[in-house]
Parts: sequence; structure tokens; C-alpha cells
Amino acid sequence: MDVRTDSESVLPRIDTRQEAVRVRGLVKRYGKIEAVRGIDLTVHAGETFGFLGPNGAGKSTTIKILCTLVDASEGTAEVAGLDVATERDAVRRNIGLVFQEPTLDGYLTAEQNMRFHAQLYGVDRASFARRNREVLEMVGLYERRNDLVNTFSGGMRRRLEIARGLLHSPHVLFLDEPTIGLDPQTRASIWNYIGQLHRHEDITVFVTTHYMDEAEHCDRIAIMNEGLIVALDTPAALKAAIGKDRVQISTADDKAAIAALKEKFDLDAQMHEGLVTFAVAEGAAFVPQLFEGLGIAILSVTVNRPSLDDVFLAHTGTTMRDAESREKFNPMVARFRGR
Amino acid sequence: MSEVSVAAVAVPGGGLLHEIRATLTVWEREMIRFRRDPFRIVASFGQPLLFLFVLGGGLGSLIQTGAPGVDFKTFLFPGVLSMSVLFTAAFSGISMVWDREFGFLREMLVAPVSTAAIMTGKCLGGATVATLQSIVVLALAGLVGVPYDPVMMIEMLVFLFLMSFMITALALVLAARVKQVQSAMPMVQLIITPLMFLSGALFPLSRLPDWLWWVTHLNPMTYAVEPVRSVVFDRLDIDPALRAVLDPGIVWSGYQVPVIVQVAIVAVCALVLLTLAVKLFARTE
Ligand SMILES: Nc1ncnc2c1ncn2[C@@H]1O[C@H](COP(=O)(O)OP(=O)(O)OP(=O)(O)O)[C@@H](O)[C@H]1O
Ligand SMILES: [Mg+2]
Repeated sequence: MDVRTDSESVLPRIDTRQEAVRVRGLVKRYGKIEAVRGIDLTVHAGETFGFLGPNGAGKSTTIKILCTLVDASEGTAEVAGLDVATERDAVRRNIGLVFQEPTLDGYLTAEQNMRFHAQLYGVDRASFARRNREVLEMVGLYERRNDLVNTFSGGMRRRLEIARGLLHSPHVLFLDEPTIGLDPQTRASIWNYIGQLHRHEDITVFVTTHYMDEAEHCDRIAIMNEGLIVALDTPAALKAAIGKDRVQISTADDKAAIAALKEKFDLDAQMHEGLVTFAVAEGAAFVPQLFEGLGIAILSVTVNRPSLDDVFLAHTGTTMRDAESREKFNPMVARFRGR
Repeated sequence: MSEVSVAAVAVPGGGLLHEIRATLTVWEREMIRFRRDPFRIVASFGQPLLFLFVLGGGLGSLIQTGAPGVDFKTFLFPGVLSMSVLFTAAFSGISMVWDREFGFLREMLVAPVSTAAIMTGKCLGGATVATLQSIVVLALAGLVGVPYDPVMMIEMLVFLFLMSFMITALALVLAARVKQVQSAMPMVQLIITPLMFLSGALFPLSRLPDWLWWVTHLNPMTYAVEPVRSVVFDRLDIDPALRAVLDPGIVWSGYQVPVIVQVAIVAVCALVLLTLAVKLFARTE
């Protein structure tokens, strides 16, 4: 394994010839509920693939199918070139998993949890000792390895789960909301580990998240809504596809400014956060015209490139923030967060 | 952050050896958790003592065994041993409900091993814990007139191990169906109490009314308890007529069922229950 230096790009070299995940026409029904309604998906080897969507979109269901934990109702899925339906054990040996819900035994120490995992995955003793130390050091838990997991904070447990998921050198690491309920610092450090991974290991990361800022770390993202994939591309391309920038101005007379925008530029402006707000293609280039033609004194201007939040809104009809605040009332999430 | 070269580990393919190792791993976890909680031994010690000395003492004054050498407590001893094993094993098996609740079941079920290996490990773990705990009760043998015969003790432990394996498997079957932690304990009580009371652990199998004969002889627990009692009575110096009352063995319309057949019945029951548990857990999602 080659070791690159920190200064080098975090972006992995993506090998497009190889497919880490390949999904075709995947459907999952739970009784009458169609959790996944026919999706196609290809994840290239070596990339960090983000999977976004509001609550109940079907993200966890898709991951569970890819991890061989549930059977698909229709369609096919391959992970690391192996069919999830027919080559179950082989798929399992090649993947690492961190579920949305915790799966540690709190009455065992960190190292005992790790050893349990290693033995079920057939990692031999000598490799375990070395590898265990490496992954625990990576997540900063090596010093705490002999403590009971019950004494760990939520963030430490999450880090331990990530380390455990990496223990058997999987080709594909699935992370289902690895940062849920964590403070911003811990979230940042977890993304730091994910970024580091690509420098050390030949690994593909498949991650779901609710946080748009985290999606920026991904090479490509898919947005899922109501069981369908509604968008799939690099973050930059998705934002570019939205097209319009958001311009906010403060003026001497906001009412008159809104009327003038409509009249002179045919733009629909609204008051937002105390500022006159409107969307326009190529916002930066539009600003000079604005100063020239508006005829009302402009006190300040801000131009924002579309954010992933705008992308998300455009494709799902809800903002991530709305989805997030709704999630706070999701009793399941609240419960797991409490642990 | 330090730059470390992380060497990949190669994960071998499956195979029987891997399955055995996985079974032992699950077993080992039960042992670690048992060691962590020494209070469990004390707690599980109380009930058998109560049964042995209070029930045995109280009823013993009513029931004349007919011989000065044989106390009712002596009769009760193997039954009380079985009882302690029964409860411990049942709780070990039902603990799978907690494993599901806290997510650890998923960690086990997504590993590249068979569900059979995991369930077998769980049963071996439950059986080992129950048998270890029974040693504490077994140490009291002298107080109730049972000799400290090492061969007898070993035979008893083997039978108790088999019994607790079967009960753990039974509890696993229940655990597959019970989804809520709150219902787990009532469920154990509901199943375990009749198993115990209808097994001949607490009363002799001689001179039973017809319906009770049928119920006890259809209960696998009966075939698990009787071998334990029979090895004790083999060591006692008593009148055969008295033994026929207290420990008649198991008789199917005149056929005296040998201990080895009783053991085989328990083993078959254990395997059937284990297979059922594997089926139920194989794809619970
Ligand atoms: N075991 C199940 N039985 C019945 N319905 C289920 C089951 N699991 C999931 N569903 C349903 O499938 C849909 C998708 O759920 P899923 O957990 O995949 O969503 P998600 O995108 O992961 O949401 P979240 O962001 O809240 O984690 C939901 O409507 C959910 O109710
Ligand atoms: Mg989910």
C-alpha cells in the first residue's frame, strides 16, 4: 500500500473501470409500503459516494439490501463484483458496516468488541493485534481500548464502530449516518478519518447523511426521495445544474426596489431575512447592470452560488434543514441519540 | 494526525474451522459477560436454597419417606439443581432479546458466518454459565445427605449441561418471537414455570393421577431431570421398595426407559429446538 503525504490531494484516483456497487432496478416492498421503487446506481471503486434524502426516503433500506441484511423484492445488486443475493458470505467478507443504530456490546471493552468482530470475520491473531492498533489509533481510541464501551460517549462509540468496520480491510465501507447526533467537532473529525482512509486503503466509501455541508466531502452524491433517485452527480455539477445564483441586496427603499426589479428586469423578488432576495443566472455578472438600472440606492449586495441545500430543495421540495428539524421529533432517532 | 501505513488483512473464505471459531467467539462473549457480573451467582443461588431448605424442610416433615436415612431434602436435591439450571439457562437464551434491542444481534447476523454457528455458541454459552452456577448448589450435597462422590458429580454436571443446552435453545426460540424487552421476562415465566412443575423435579413420578402422568411424560424436562436423580439414588444405600416410590425412573406402559434413552431424548429435543431457533433468526429482518 502506498503512503501519500498530507499535502497531496484528498481526492482519490477514481478507477472508473471498476464498479464497487452496481444496482439495477432495485425494488423493496414492506407489505404495502414501497420503500425503494426501482433504482439504478453505480459507485466507482475508490470514491466517496454520498447518499442523501429526507427521512423515510429509503436510504437505510438500500444499504441493508447492499449489505445482504434484507432481500430485495425486485432487481439486482452487486457489491465488489459479487451478487448480494447469491454470494452472501463473500459480499459480507468484503464490506464494512456502520449502521444508523449502534451495534456495540456495552458490557465488553472496546478491544473485546474489536476481537469479537475479528474472529467472526476470520482475521488471524497476529493480523488482529497489528490492525486493531492501527484502526484504533486512527480514531484516537487506542488508549481507551480496555475501557467498557458503556463508559464511552456517543461520539467515541461512533468512532469505535467506524474502526471496527475497517478492521477486516473491507473493499466497500457503508456508513449509515455516521455523524448523526454528534457535535460539529466530532463530525469534522469523522470526516477527517474518512478522508484519510483513501490515502491509506484501497477502499470505497458509501455514506448517507443529513448534513449538506458533509455532502461536499463526497466525490459524487445521489439524492433519494420517496424511494427514487432524483439526482446523481458530483456536488459541483449538481449545483451548476440548478443554474441560478441567489442575490440579496439591501436598499434605501426595499418596496420600491422590488417593484423596480419586476418592472426593469422582470425578476420576482421577495423579502427574506430582511433583505430583498431574488434568483438570477450568473449573479456576479448581473450586479453591474443592477447598479446601473435599478435607480434606487443600493447599500449592500451579496451573491451566493447555489448551495447543495438549494439542490436538495429543488429535487425533493424540502430543505435539509426542514428535514433535520422534523427528524428531531422522530422517536427512533431521538432514542438512539440518547445513548 | 499521524501518517500510518495500514496494512490490509486478508480475510479467508469460510469453512468448518471458521464456523467453529465463530461459535467459540460467541461462547466467549457469554463467559466474559458472566465474569463481569459476579452478583449473578449470588442472586441465582438464593432461590434454590429457599426451595431446598424451606420447601424441603416444610414438606419433609409431612412426607414420611419411610426410612430414617432418606430425607425429603435428599429427594429434592436433584430437582432443585435442575431448577437452578433451568432458570439460568432460560435467562441466557432470552438475553437475545436484549441483544436485538441494543443492536448487537445485527453485528452477529451480518458477519460472514452461519446463523447456526452463532446460535450454537449462544447455547453453549448458556449451558456453560448454568452448569458453572449449579456447582455452587452442588457443593451443598453433604448438607442434604448426598455423598460427595466425584464420578456422580461429574455425571450430574454432564446431564445438567445437556439440560441447560436444551433450555437455552428453547429460550432462543422464544426470543426470536418476543420483540419487546418488557415481554421477555413474563414470557420466560410463562414457559419455564410449567416446565419445572410438570417435570418430576419437585415430586416423585410414582403414583401419579392419569392426566398428570401424561403431562409429565410428554415434558422433555422430565427426561432431563430423571438422569440427575437416578445417579444420586444409585449412590444412596436404600431399600429398593423405597426407591421405587421416590425414584421409579421413567416407565412407558411397563417398559423401563434406560437413562441412555432419556439422555438421547433430551439431545434430540435440544437439536430440534436449536434448528428451529436458527430458522427463526436466519432472516429476521
Ligand atoms: N422493517 C420495515 N418494515 C416496514 N417498513 C419499513 C421497514 N423498514 C423501513 N420501512 C419503511 O421504508 C421506508 C424507508 O425507510 P428507510 O429506513 O430506508 O428510510 P431512510 O431514508 O433511511 O430514512 P432516515 O433518514 O430517517 O434514516 C419508510 O417509509 C419506512 O417506514
Ligand atoms: Mg436511515
